[in-house]
Amino acid sequence: MTSSLPLLSILIWLPLLGAVLVLLAGNQRPAVARWLALLVASVTLLLSLQLWTGFDTTTAAMQFTELKAWIPVFNVNYHLGVDGFSMPLILLTTIFGVLVIVAGWEVIKDRVHQYMAAFLVLQAALTGVFAALDGLLFYVFFEAMLVPMFLLIGVWGGPNRVYAAVKFFLYTFLGSVFMLIGLIYLYLQSGSFNILEWHELGLSMTEQKWIFLGMLAAFAVKIPMWPVHTWLPDAHVEAPTGGSIILAAVMLKVGGYGFIRFSLPITPDASAMLDWVVIGLSLIAVVYIGFVALVQTDMKKLIAYSSITHMGFVTLGLFIAFSIFRASPDGFGAAMGVEGAMMQMISHGFISGALFFVVGVLYDRMHSRDIADYGGVANVMPWFSMFAVLFFMANAGLPGTSGFVGEFMVILASFNASIWIAFFATFTLILGAAYNLWLVKRVFFGEVRNEKVSRLRDINSREVFILTVLAVAVLTIGLYPQPLLNVMHASVEHLLQQITQTKII
Amino acid sequence: MNLQDLQIVAPELIVLIMACSLLMLDLFLSPQRRGILHLVSILTMALAAIITLRGHPALEATGTVMAFADTVIRDGMGDLLKVFAYLIMIFVFVYSRHYLKQFNMYRGEFYSLAMFALLGAMVLISAANLITVYLGLELMALSLYAMVALKRDDRRATEAAMKYFILGSMASGFLLYGMSMVYGATGSLQISEISLAAAQQGSDSMILVFGLIFMVVAMAFKFGLVPFHMWVPDLYEGAPAPVVLFISSMPKLAAFAMAIRLLQDGLSSLHHDWQGMLIVVAVLSIVLGNLAALAQQNIKRMLAYSTISHMGFVMFGLLSGTAAGFGASMFYVITYALMSAGAFGVVIFMSGKGIEAEKLSDYKGLNQRNPWFAAMFAALMLSMAGIPVFVGFFAKWLVIQAVVDAGLIWLALLAVVFSVIGGYYYLRVIKIMYFDKAKDEAPIQAPSDFRAVLSVNALLMVVLGIFSAPLIAACMAVF
Repeated sequence: MTSSLPLLSILIWLPLLGAVLVLLAGNQRPAVARWLALLVASVTLLLSLQLWTGFDTTTAAMQFTELKAWIPVFNVNYHLGVDGFSMPLILLTTIFGVLVIVAGWEVIKDRVHQYMAAFLVLQAALTGVFAALDGLLFYVFFEAMLVPMFLLIGVWGGPNRVYAAVKFFLYTFLGSVFMLIGLIYLYLQSGSFNILEWHELGLSMTEQKWIFLGMLAAFAVKIPMWPVHTWLPDAHVEAPTGGSIILAAVMLKVGGYGFIRFSLPITPDASAMLDWVVIGLSLIAVVYIGFVALVQTDMKKLIAYSSITHMGFVTLGLFIAFSIFRASPDGFGAAMGVEGAMMQMISHGFISGALFFVVGVLYDRMHSRDIADYGGVANVMPWFSMFAVLFFMANAGLPGTSGFVGEFMVILASFNASIWIAFFATFTLILGAAYNLWLVKRVFFGEVRNEKVSRLRDINSREVFILTVLAVAVLTIGLYPQPLLNVMHASVEHLLQQITQTKII
Repeated sequence: MNLQDLQIVAPELIVLIMACSLLMLDLFLSPQRRGILHLVSILTMALAAIITLRGHPALEATGTVMAFADTVIRDGMGDLLKVFAYLIMIFVFVYSRHYLKQFNMYRGEFYSLAMFALLGAMVLISAANLITVYLGLELMALSLYAMVALKRDDRRATEAAMKYFILGSMASGFLLYGMSMVYGATGSLQISEISLAAAQQGSDSMILVFGLIFMVVAMAFKFGLVPFHMWVPDLYEGAPAPVVLFISSMPKLAAFAMAIRLLQDGLSSLHHDWQGMLIVVAVLSIVLGNLAALAQQNIKRMLAYSTISHMGFVMFGLLSGTAAGFGASMFYVITYALMSAGAFGVVIFMSGKGIEAEKLSDYKGLNQRNPWFAAMFAALMLSMAGIPVFVGFFAKWLVIQAVVDAGLIWLALLAVVFSVIGGYYYLRVIKIMYFDKAKDEAPIQAPSDFRAVLSVNALLMVVLGIFSAPLIAACMAVF
């Protein structure tokens, strides 16, 4: 289906244009910059809703496609399109595009125009990553998103921001250059940068293994997997609230999406052979990082580590399919694993975004993220605490919230593969409950701990707005995930078909 | 010699005539009216560009046309390189004037020497005979030596000039020695005939391989490749910024042409031999260039080591020995010359009141002092680091693709790892401009033409990145 309006292009280029306009507003008129950025992000969000309404759920084919020659000498095309995997992620991006601008509304006082413009550029790059169907175009967006994020952490971040920003940049850069060589190799084999053609390309096992490892380097850093996760806590702790939100809510999903779009369908045989690596690392993330989260004293760090364990579920859900097919040829439960991983990505987007905002709200008032500085916040900020507790519960996977759906599906799927994998995966329920509830107890409940806490004021309407939007999303997906599952169903079936066919020639 | 020949070398003639005229004109101009020289130089570049772009009737038919008893060749590659050489010259003139005025160096010699250097580069680009290669190279090099020493009261500049001169003469000696061996082995100075003779002898001919080694050494010197790079950091540090701007950009185009003429046009049958040599210098340059740049506190030295590593990348396309590889290298060298011109443009922009902005700390908080030029410098740095959508990424992509295509995946892996390491020092510049507080808030002053050209130069990094297709296609089409 080719739409008459180049919708995806608009979703990418409108924020970029907006960024230029916001920059032109200049440093002297922060109000203009804020409202302009909000306007652009809101219009982009409204336009992106057409992706949802106009989406054909019965097909796994790419929709809203656009195809123009970009660098014809090397068969590089400006090729965009979405399927059941990328469409929800683009919506997630545009929703958070608005929320981060509102989140930085009055908090950011220094160089507002540059702050807002950086977010708009980031949003454009993220949308581009999810929409790109050309390998080189994907890489361009994949790398381009580093620059605004680097500046966001470095300019508006905390005391140790330079270290965190540089570490973030170099880690991701190092991972992605290996992918670039993989992409170049695929081009030389196929004569095209078209990702969909790569899905059909026959490759020997050795080739597949190296390409798989190259891509693993890029996506494992991005998502991030143990042991290349160490940039994430640093980046989160130092980033401004808005930066943390978009990093956790959308940027990490690029890694998971990369596995779905590249690793699994392009190198299915290598993925099947090396699935134990990914599953092993995922379980380490779930169990070990869960324990690490338990001992954190900094709230942002705790949420960052909990993000890593949740992303462990994404990689587990994606790669468990191979063991399921090995255990029983009909592959019962494989689809549930992949859908669970997708659900987990969307749900984690909303929950982690909300949690970082919650911490941001506290930090704006107290200028501390240390758990020990808090206690009894519920007494002085009842409305805020209601939201906060909801999100921490959702983070622990409470049934009825979106956090439950994805985790439950992945655990259920892993039972079909091996009871031991399922056993370790269920650790998350215990550990997640432990670190989340313990934090809630120490920060929100109990006696008012000190003078500063007693002077806290409850949330204002701007903060209520953001928290309400996120709470509605978390509860809606938790109570009625069916529409979201419908969207991805055809694409999941198609993916499973691709990964069960050998490509060895 | 006949009129036909003159028509073929019309661009060179224009530059020659104007270089001589500038020298004369300078004598009759009062110091207040030196602006005329500036204007005439820029107009000459525009005129030369028009003449070059008009092409030659024979070019369209056959692709190449020879002149002066086949010692000069005019082809698509040469014309494309020359057009970009003119463009860079315009950048150089505009950037330099600001500096020359500030540092009391605003004299006519700068313009005529730059023109003669350009003429040398053009002769080198169009060389079809070993003698022509040497003529062009020497004309360019001698003009550059003089330019480095233009600030003759400055000890560092004179030292740099001496160093450059002595080492440069040695390299010329190596080149002559290599050429004489090649002549001995093949019996000809004509590059096309050398190619035929070398194809018969192959690498069995010891004397031919020896000649090749000496020529590669001379070339590596001109590119500033490790281990023949020693002059680069000292020269960059010591010479006045406009001269460094000049040396770091335009001559690289000529050096690239020299490599193509000698290695590909002349000794392509020895590809296996020179591929090995180029791999060694490329690897050493990328490793040492990036590692040494990390430790620099002086931005000119940092850019010197960055040049070394970039020239290592240029070797990638060359050593692959394929048409796509040569095109990739050419794209790299052209975009690098533009990047480097812009980067030194910023250095000049920041310099003033008799002080060169050499220290990295001079750039602290540039984003507060002048957000627009901070963004421009950031674009140039990101382009050098090879981050998309800036053009530097596309250049790296093409040369890496060339070596992967040649089956040298390990070389590609090494290159990308070191480009990540190199990413650090470019990021550090951005960090200094954006994350650090400014030392003095004084606004930076520069004439409006300077600002406009620098903006165009930096925006080209983005524009050539997003719309890289035409330039890539043009570079690929000439091989």
